[in-house]
Amino acid sequence: MSNLIKFKIDGKECMAEAGKFIVDAAADNGIYIPTLCNMKGVKPKGACRICSVRINGRLMTSCTTPVADGMEIESNSTDIQDLRKSIIELLFVSGNHFCPACEKSGNCELQALAYRYQMMVPRYPYEFPMKPVDASSPRIIKDQNRCIFCKRCIKTIKDETGRSYFVFRNRGHKLEVVLDEEMGKTINSATAHLAMENCPVGSILVKEKGFDTPIGKRKYDKEPIGSDIKL
Amino acid sequence: MENTVKQIVEKYNTNRNRLMDMLIDIQESEGYISRDAIATLSQLLEMSQADVEQTLSFYHFFSTKPRGKYAVYLNNSPVAYMFGREAIKEAFEKSAGVRFGEVTSDGKIGLFDTACIGMNDQEPAAIINNMVFTRLTPYRVRELVKMMKEDKPIEELRKESFGDGKNYLPSLRSMVSSNIRRKGMILSDDYHFGTVLREKLPTLSPEGVIGEIKHSAIRGRGGAGFPTGLKWEFCRRAKGDKHYVVCNADEGEPGTFKDRVILTEKPELVFEGMALAGYAIGGEEGILYIRYEYRYMKDYLEEVLHKMRKEGLLGTNISGIEGFNFDIRIQFGAGAYVCGEESALLESLEGKRGEPRDKPPFPVERGYLGYPTIINNVETFATAVRIVQNGGEWFTQFGTDDSTGTKILSISGDCMFPGVYEVNWGFNVEDMLDMVGAYDVQAVQVGGPSGTLIGPDEFHRTLGYSDLSTGGSMIIFGKQRNLLRDVVVNFMEFFIDESCGSCSTCRNMTQVMNNKLKKILAGKGVANDLKDLKEWGRVLNASRCGLGQTAANPIISSLKNFRPLYEALLQKDKDFDEGFDLEKSVQASCSYVGRVPVFNHH
Ligand SMILES: Cc1cc2nc3c(=O)[nH]c(=O)nc-3n(C[C@H](O)[C@H](O)[C@H](O)COP(=O)(O)O)c2cc1C
Ligand code: SF4
Ligand code: SF4
Ligand code: SF4
Ligand code: FES
Repeated sequence: MSNLIKFKIDGKECMAEAGKFIVDAAADNGIYIPTLCNMKGVKPKGACRICSVRINGRLMTSCTTPVADGMEIESNSTDIQDLRKSIIELLFVSGNHFCPACEKSGNCELQALAYRYQMMVPRYPYEFPMKPVDASSPRIIKDQNRCIFCKRCIKTIKDETGRSYFVFRNRGHKLEVVLDEEMGKTINSATAHLAMENCPVGSILVKEKGFDTPIGKRKYDKEPIGSDIKL
Repeated sequence: MENTVKQIVEKYNTNRNRLMDMLIDIQESEGYISRDAIATLSQLLEMSQADVEQTLSFYHFFSTKPRGKYAVYLNNSPVAYMFGREAIKEAFEKSAGVRFGEVTSDGKIGLFDTACIGMNDQEPAAIINNMVFTRLTPYRVRELVKMMKEDKPIEELRKESFGDGKNYLPSLRSMVSSNIRRKGMILSDDYHFGTVLREKLPTLSPEGVIGEIKHSAIRGRGGAGFPTGLKWEFCRRAKGDKHYVVCNADEGEPGTFKDRVILTEKPELVFEGMALAGYAIGGEEGILYIRYEYRYMKDYLEEVLHKMRKEGLLGTNISGIEGFNFDIRIQFGAGAYVCGEESALLESLEGKRGEPRDKPPFPVERGYLGYPTIINNVETFATAVRIVQNGGEWFTQFGTDDSTGTKILSISGDCMFPGVYEVNWGFNVEDMLDMVGAYDVQAVQVGGPSGTLIGPDEFHRTLGYSDLSTGGSMIIFGKQRNLLRDVVVNFMEFFIDESCGSCSTCRNMTQVMNNKLKKILAGKGVANDLKDLKEWGRVLNASRCGLGQTAANPIISSLKNFRPLYEALLQKDKDFDEGFDLEKSVQASCSYVGRVPVFNHH
């Protein structure tokens, strides 16, 4: 049944089923490639670009590119690692992230990646953009200051008829992810919690309850992001 | 209103993929897309309101607020500024009594900026209710505004003669000029439309057509330069119940306008090329995706299609070839440069935001509605006809070894004779400048903002895929121009506005770099800033599509070729920004509140 192929990441011989996306194939071989927008089992949309690797001299996102037989993938080189760090820094300076006051701190993938990539001070100037917080839904707070536009909520949080609760608005630097006003009024508790869980950062928060798990005991307080991937 | 929306939705069979058409029709009939219209639309299409808005808010020409009975869109490309845009803008604001971005309180006149509208050879130009007004002067603007205030029909505002070429035709009635200055195989008048479909195809198999195209070695004319024959072959081989032919007439790269001219003067050639491609790949449907700025051509192009149907050049069993069925429909964009990127174009065709797709898969495998699709530039289709007419071998005598055939250039800026010139590939920049009467040239922007800015020491270079590759945009800047302030910033802001926003890199880095450029222009730059700019630009290579990948080019190429311009602006003897300066900050804050600072120096 399984159609195994051989490929290389940073010179290391790897094996995977043909057609698997590179991130997953890498993980199967104990190699961690950072991701932010990608979610297992959900059709990828290479948005954050942090999983970029080099194949045949070209940068490709490993969450959207299937492995092929004989592929030679470069992932751990200095410039690619620096590219990933740059992206993390860009995401910090283009939003407003004050971790100590954020409910997601410790469970936040962006913060965890910043630690993993040892970001101290971003090399880019902070933009301190003015961004609104939408608290009009009875269940959800949508904080634009922390959104990294990964599209996870758009792709995964839907009602029975398949309509998305969250959508994009505008484009480019004015891009926003917004909650549909009408649907936001009736979103149920389970869906709201799922939305918060699927959001890699603290841009979707469920109202009225927080800090269930104290800071210090959260997911990435214990070990760095990506620690689950090893042989 | 509700009824209007209902009728519009029915006109497109309640098909969500036609959301763009619906929004265009609503915008045109109501002047905007109201909350109520969105509500009705979303109900009928079983979408959430926010979902309708996510498409709507992507496109520049859609608005949820009234844009005025007369909506004026004034081009803001650098060339418009070079030809007096500031004065035109001022005249509009003064006589209308509102600023750009606003609508007069009586709802009559709205003034808006818009990115290059493809009229660089006749600037300053504006679009008012889909009619293009070119070569504006302050006097003309005052006259236009006066007539708008008097509610004159838009046709009456046209006080000029029609442009040259076919612009006088009853279905066009346009003041736009084609300005054809040099003809080659495409723009020449020696081809009788339909000859290839009628006389050649009955003797050639689809593979035979692809063979000729491959033999000609033609590469795509839209900028990326992919070999056309290969593309058609891949698509023909790709499995799918249907195959589509899409013609890319989005023409959004600032400074290009040659597709506008081809579609005005030789639309039959383009449509014939699409039919030819349909025959080659086994597709029966063609779509012309054309930018909304060219909406004034709608009736004309529909008329040409109608005539071709009547003549049997479109329809069923074309030229008596059993099973050769092909027809074309026209689909408009709504103001988004990125929709020229082929996969974004497909998304837009499906009624969605124009966000480029991840590749692979490529459109030849999975394109429009998931079916194998070829997307080619207007000029590529037109050229294909001449190739099949005369054979691939014939074609290779034009141009150079790696860039065969002719190229239609859109030349604008500081020169005597802006317009379109069809030349053989291999033409060098020096000759080009002499051809168009350009003297005292400081720089040429080759290939638009995503291309390169070159100076005199590179004018010996030649146009071709292996040297100066170009989709055809050539903007000439004389010695009197301020390249950084008037060109580079303008182009950077273009990319910032036009990014779809998907990629973290393209959405943010363009802004970060432009901020740094502005810091330098404000006289606050330090030597280190130039290093930063060069380094930081590399991050954009990780972007999904060509827009992001080339979005730093205005800065990177001007920094490479015009470094002294940057260096002259830097603070002397300062390599890096110093930390916080208490005295300066106290002085600044005192000056805001009108106090005098007292410093105690011990
Ligand atoms: C941001 C962006 C804008 C583009 N705009 C256009 C355009 O307006 N017209 C065009 O033909 N190609 C445009 N392209 C190139 C297309 O993606 C595609 O390569 C081309 O339409 C293929 O046709 P060709 O092979 O005949 O050139 C654009 C590409 C990018 C990345
Ligand atoms: S979302 Fe993450 S990075 Fe942003 S403030 Fe919260 S914890 Fe920090
Ligand atoms: S709200 Fe969260 S999940 Fe949704 S796009 Fe923003 S960061 Fe991603
Ligand atoms: S590079 Fe820019 S325009 Fe292209 S997909 Fe990414 S964000 Fe959109
Ligand atoms: S994880 Fe691949 S692009 Fe975001």
